[in-house]
Amino acid sequence: MEHSSSCKHLLGSLSDYVDGELSKELCAEIERHLADCTNCQVVVDTLRRTIELYKAAVSHETVPEHVVQRLYMRLNLDDYIPH
Amino acid sequence: MVDRLARRELVTPARLKAKDPEAMAGLVELYSANIYRLALKMLNNEQDAEDVLQETFIKAFRSVDKFEERSSLSTWLYRIAMNEVLMLLRKHKQEVISVDEEQASEEGAPEPVEIVDWCCLPEKELLDSEGRDHLNKAIERLSPALRAVFVLRDIQDLSVRDTAETLNISEAAVKTRLLRARMQLREDLSRYYGKRIA
Ligand SMILES: [Zn+2]
Repeated sequence: MEHSSSCKHLLGSLSDYVDGELSKELCAEIERHLADCTNCQVVVDTLRRTIELYKAAVSHETVPEHVVQRLYMRLNLDDYIPH
Repeated sequence: MVDRLARRELVTPARLKAKDPEAMAGLVELYSANIYRLALKMLNNEQDAEDVLQETFIKAFRSVDKFEERSSLSTWLYRIAMNEVLMLLRKHKQEVISVDEEQASEEGAPEPVEIVDWCCLPEKELLDSEGRDHLNKAIERLSPALRAVFVLRDIQDLSVRDTAETLNISEAAVKTRLLRARMQLREDLSRYYGKRIA
């Protein structure tokens, strides 16, 4: 991939950009660049998707029941094991 | 049945310091899933994650007298858990691992190499069992310092500030490491999913 200096400039702000933590002016600057730069647009899209995927993957994960039971027992909180 | 909100009110530092079992059970109920997930993502091993889960609460209850209410209960717990995780990583790898490493390479993020748009793949396909497996492997390839920041901020949804407090590093360091971690994972996932759509 060819990196122009404006692509490199964008790189440092990418995290803040996908988190929506940049000022209006900086956001507008980045969006102007993205409109003309397919490569950076792909990087932004795949970066966003990467973060979303990790969040989605853990949202389905639960603690196994036997792990919960052993935890309460180890802590002498047997009476409070959730049912 | 005590609901979650009532439970939260029950779990106070004062009650925990008094060893009130209801408050202790409440703390476990509120945070055990988060602690387990943190450990599992950091260590990618169920047995190790369970050990960390148990040790975290044992140490928390043992040291609750020293809990200062400057930080929240959750940050305090996460910090204990993360220390347990790092201890295990050190034991396994027999090398010095700390979240203070990487000072030298903290400048900027590596430039993107893989430019493939795989966003079009449906989530069902991205997160099939092979895909999930790859997500876990990609996290494992991050250095512990980067992994810790990514797990706390992006998986556990902590704020930048709470992540910094948990790891005892500056907010600026959290931001730099987060960018590096995210970019490294993006590369890794792009290589993998890029092959799948090719
Ligand atoms: Zn660009």
